[in-house]
Amino acid sequence: MRPFEYVIARSSEQALAALAERGDGFAKGGGVDLLDRLKTGWTGAGALVHIRTVPGWDRIEVGPGGLWLGPTVTLAQLAGDVRVQSAYPALAQAAGSAANPHVRNVATVAGNLCQRPRCWYFRSAEFTCMKKGGATCFAAKGENKYHAIFGGGPSYIVHPSTLATVLVAENAELELARAGGRARTVPIGEFFTLPRVDYERENVLQPGELIVGIRVKAPAPGRKSVFVAAKERNGYDWPLGEVAVVLDMRGDVCTAARVVLGAAAPIPWRAQGAEAALSGRRVDELAARTAGVAAVEGALPLGQNEYKVPLFERLVARAVMAAAGGKA
Amino acid sequence: MADINITVGFEGQTEALTVQVPEGEPRPWDAKSQLACVGQRVPRIDARAKVTGQAKYTYDIALPGMLEACVARCPLPSARLRSVDMSRARAVPGVKAVWAEKPGKRMVFAGQEFAAVAAVSKDVAEDALRLIKADFTPLPFVVDMDKARAPGAPAVYPRSFKSAVEADDNGLRHNVLKHNTVTLAEGESAHEVERALAESDIVHEATFRTQVQTHAALEPHGSVVRWDGDHLTVWTSTQATFGVRDQLAALFDIPKAKVRVLCDYMGGGFGAKFSAGHWSVIAAHLARDARAPVKLMLGRHEEHVCTGNRPSTEIRLRVGAKHDGTLIALYSQSFGVPGIGSGSGATGAPAREIYRSKHRVEESDVVTNSGPAASFRAPGHPQGCFALEQAMDELAEKLAMDPVALRRKNLKNSVQVAELDRAVAHAKAWSVRQPPEAKRGSKRRGVGLACGVWYKWASTGVQVQIDVYDDGRVEVWNGAQDIGTGTRTVIAQTAAEELCLPIEAIHVRIGDTALPIGPGSGGSMTATSIVPAVRATAYKVRARMTALAARKLGAALDELELADGRFYVTNDIARGLTWKQVAASIGADKLSEMGRRAEEYQSFRERTGGVQIAEVEVDVDLGQVRVLRVTAVHDCGRVLNPLLAESQVKGGVIQGVSYALFENRVLDGNVGRMVNADLESYKIAFAGDCPEIDVVLFDVSNGGNNAGVIGLGESPTVPTAAAIANAVANAIGVRIRELPITPDRVLAALRGQRRS
Repeated sequence: MRPFEYVIARSSEQALAALAERGDGFAKGGGVDLLDRLKTGWTGAGALVHIRTVPGWDRIEVGPGGLWLGPTVTLAQLAGDVRVQSAYPALAQAAGSAANPHVRNVATVAGNLCQRPRCWYFRSAEFTCMKKGGATCFAAKGENKYHAIFGGGPSYIVHPSTLATVLVAENAELELARAGGRARTVPIGEFFTLPRVDYERENVLQPGELIVGIRVKAPAPGRKSVFVAAKERNGYDWPLGEVAVVLDMRGDVCTAARVVLGAAAPIPWRAQGAEAALSGRRVDELAARTAGVAAVEGALPLGQNEYKVPLFERLVARAVMAAAGGKA
Repeated sequence: MADINITVGFEGQTEALTVQVPEGEPRPWDAKSQLACVGQRVPRIDARAKVTGQAKYTYDIALPGMLEACVARCPLPSARLRSVDMSRARAVPGVKAVWAEKPGKRMVFAGQEFAAVAAVSKDVAEDALRLIKADFTPLPFVVDMDKARAPGAPAVYPRSFKSAVEADDNGLRHNVLKHNTVTLAEGESAHEVERALAESDIVHEATFRTQVQTHAALEPHGSVVRWDGDHLTVWTSTQATFGVRDQLAALFDIPKAKVRVLCDYMGGGFGAKFSAGHWSVIAAHLARDARAPVKLMLGRHEEHVCTGNRPSTEIRLRVGAKHDGTLIALYSQSFGVPGIGSGSGATGAPAREIYRSKHRVEESDVVTNSGPAASFRAPGHPQGCFALEQAMDELAEKLAMDPVALRRKNLKNSVQVAELDRAVAHAKAWSVRQPPEAKRGSKRRGVGLACGVWYKWASTGVQVQIDVYDDGRVEVWNGAQDIGTGTRTVIAQTAAEELCLPIEAIHVRIGDTALPIGPGSGGSMTATSIVPAVRATAYKVRARMTALAARKLGAALDELELADGRFYVTNDIARGLTWKQVAASIGADKLSEMGRRAEEYQSFRERTGGVQIAEVEVDVDLGQVRVLRVTAVHDCGRVLNPLLAESQVKGGVIQGVSYALFENRVLDGNVGRMVNADLESYKIAFAGDCPEIDVVLFDVSNGGNNAGVIGLGESPTVPTAAAIANAVANAIGVRIRELPITPDRVLAALRGQRRS
């Protein structure tokens, strides 16, 4: 590992200034993903700016206007917050589903959104794939069991953030800031970028820019949200597929639906077909199954991930039934 | 030799057996022996050292002036090393020695070592490694079995390199090595099995595939090497201290008396830690050049790519039976992929060993450009059982017969029949087992059963030394390692039993080739080899101590008894001396005896085995399989220590669950490299994936040696995957003939079932 400077930020200004001054600096929250990359040697950092020391960045605020999460709120904190559990259950469920207890105790919400993909070619020091300056996506015609069935090309990664799946379903907004620049608020749906736009990155963060807050509007009356995941192992494992469903219900009729698939595409993938299939309908088992079928329409599986199509179909149906109060 | 009658057998089914016991050996423990310490639930005597960190593993060794080394590995699956320039690496401050292969060397898998650096720290060595400039000429390669055995495939080995490689008539099948072509029951010709199949009422045929599993021991391979003149001292994580010693002595052309190999504690082996390995050899070269001790511990990536694995297999099985379920013929043809190694496992062994039947077994290696296979906990058997025991269930379905009845009718060994009955009685789920058609809902439960066998092997050259100091302290010495099974503890129990002392009085030293020779820990034979030697030696010590006591007490030898650490005269109990009092009269610093493991003599059974029943729950929407419970009934001769034995069985079952559901080395076929060489995407069962495990130990009084002991290291992992596969088939009504049983395969199988 290359030597690097370690900066402990005591304020948001310090954190942003430290990053602006050092072009090869990285913000470090829990350091989970970052340490992995530093160890493989292909992410070289001149400086790590530790931001978990910034006062107030670890706050969870729940009020009539909605939810605000500071960037260094940990997954464990989020999963265990009773206010979040009651008003934003899918978010708490997702935070508790990601990784393992050790990781959740240090991993931060902003870090979770900004972590790099887990694609085994991308992670291996032995493969210079297109995301690391090479010319090839090795997964396209290689070992792609865990890769994208939507939105792929020229890179076929799936986005690794479990929280993002729910936050997109919740239509969250991200507050971004950098030293000397204007703070901006970006709807989370515009934060993540497809590889066809820029295959070397997964989001629109500018150099030196940080997520400094996450906002979710207060749930409308009758809102139901659910997060479900399918994994190979029973616990600590990256998901084969995840689904977040947010339904606005009047009685047993859905007035508006957001259905988002995780581990399906290079970005959290809105299943708009499923949303359309649910909006204005009575939510029963047939509607849930129809939504599942609609969710996977247009999927383009690769050589080894065709199983994800039926998997997402049923995962969506389960999530919808669970959200509507039926049995998962 | 003396003929001795003993009682052997199990659970009331005992019989008399006459055994010829060598001179000087104690009377064998048998079914009637009442033992005080052996057979008790004695906690590991080194447990405290392990949990407090006092136990030092190779990884923990830190010598004054010690350097740390790293290895550079070929990134290509097949290449010629054109040139390697170490000058920039050598120039890094802190680098003390470098090593490199000579140009022209043929590289045969991605991960093969070609250079190394020793430096003052691991970080410096890693940095220097990146500065090595190596040029490779890429050569054609093949990593896939089907491609490797196709005509025209690139030759993994040049002909001259491996003369045993067989070519077909066209000279094209470079990579297929047929070995162990035919194994038949005695006196049967090759045609007889074909004829028997033709004459069978029912023939079931199926093909099964298993994956590559890497050993992934918690402690990686590695050594610390120190030269003192031409004396070589090596701390290494090994399953065979003496094997490593002999190998290094031969390689460096020094007498084995000048090589000392140490392994006080080691963190797992499973079959891949028998050899000195390139890590020890490279470390020794670097240490000599640097004139300093060198530590070379491999990393997790290296553990996966170059230190061994359980080979993948394709097994085609044909089973012929009569309408009444009598097996007539078993024909197993298997291809295994040992990478650039050989011996991809005796996958046909279960077809030969478990059931009475005519049989024919053909086993072939298909070499590919990937890391070499190594022996792995019951080599070949989990693969072979996965095939055979599923085929037996399928045959039972075709015969409309109960799978237990079919097995009962054909099992070779009456112990295994009793184990089968016990397992079925013990696992409540078996009695309420439903056919798949009766199951509804998205989560379906299933129950499956499988049998497995293992062998009774021992290393009979083993020696043990026991010293009794004049203060009464007892030291038991053997140079073998403990790979985690509890070797120290069973040694202490055996000595305590024979010497009638509390276990705390016995001090055990192992893991050092300066001590008397011990076995390699393979073939489940560590305890089987050492324990009888300990008992034989303790028996001699006891005789000498008794003689001393007799002299001091003025009693005849046959008047004396030893119990609870005290010698006494049988008809005058008050006349006696404690162990310590007798020891004080040794008249020298200590009393020393050396004993050895006698040849195995007549025994009740030559095989061990087990039966496992798995209960699973399959999520038919998402394809996930959870193993809820495994009932594991196993025999291992005399159970020396139920705590340790249960621990072995649980470990074997967990490794079997992991093999059945998760573990899988993934090689990219386009570039020939492993893509999941870590513990994130090479998936091993975690706590949440482990079932409830009901262990039922089946005590068998077996004779064969003075303790009646047989090993238990391997047998418990043999039937697990097969039992799980049978349970999955029972849950969902479709059979998955390929490991691991992952959601993608379950969903594909269910989809195929719906179509048909």
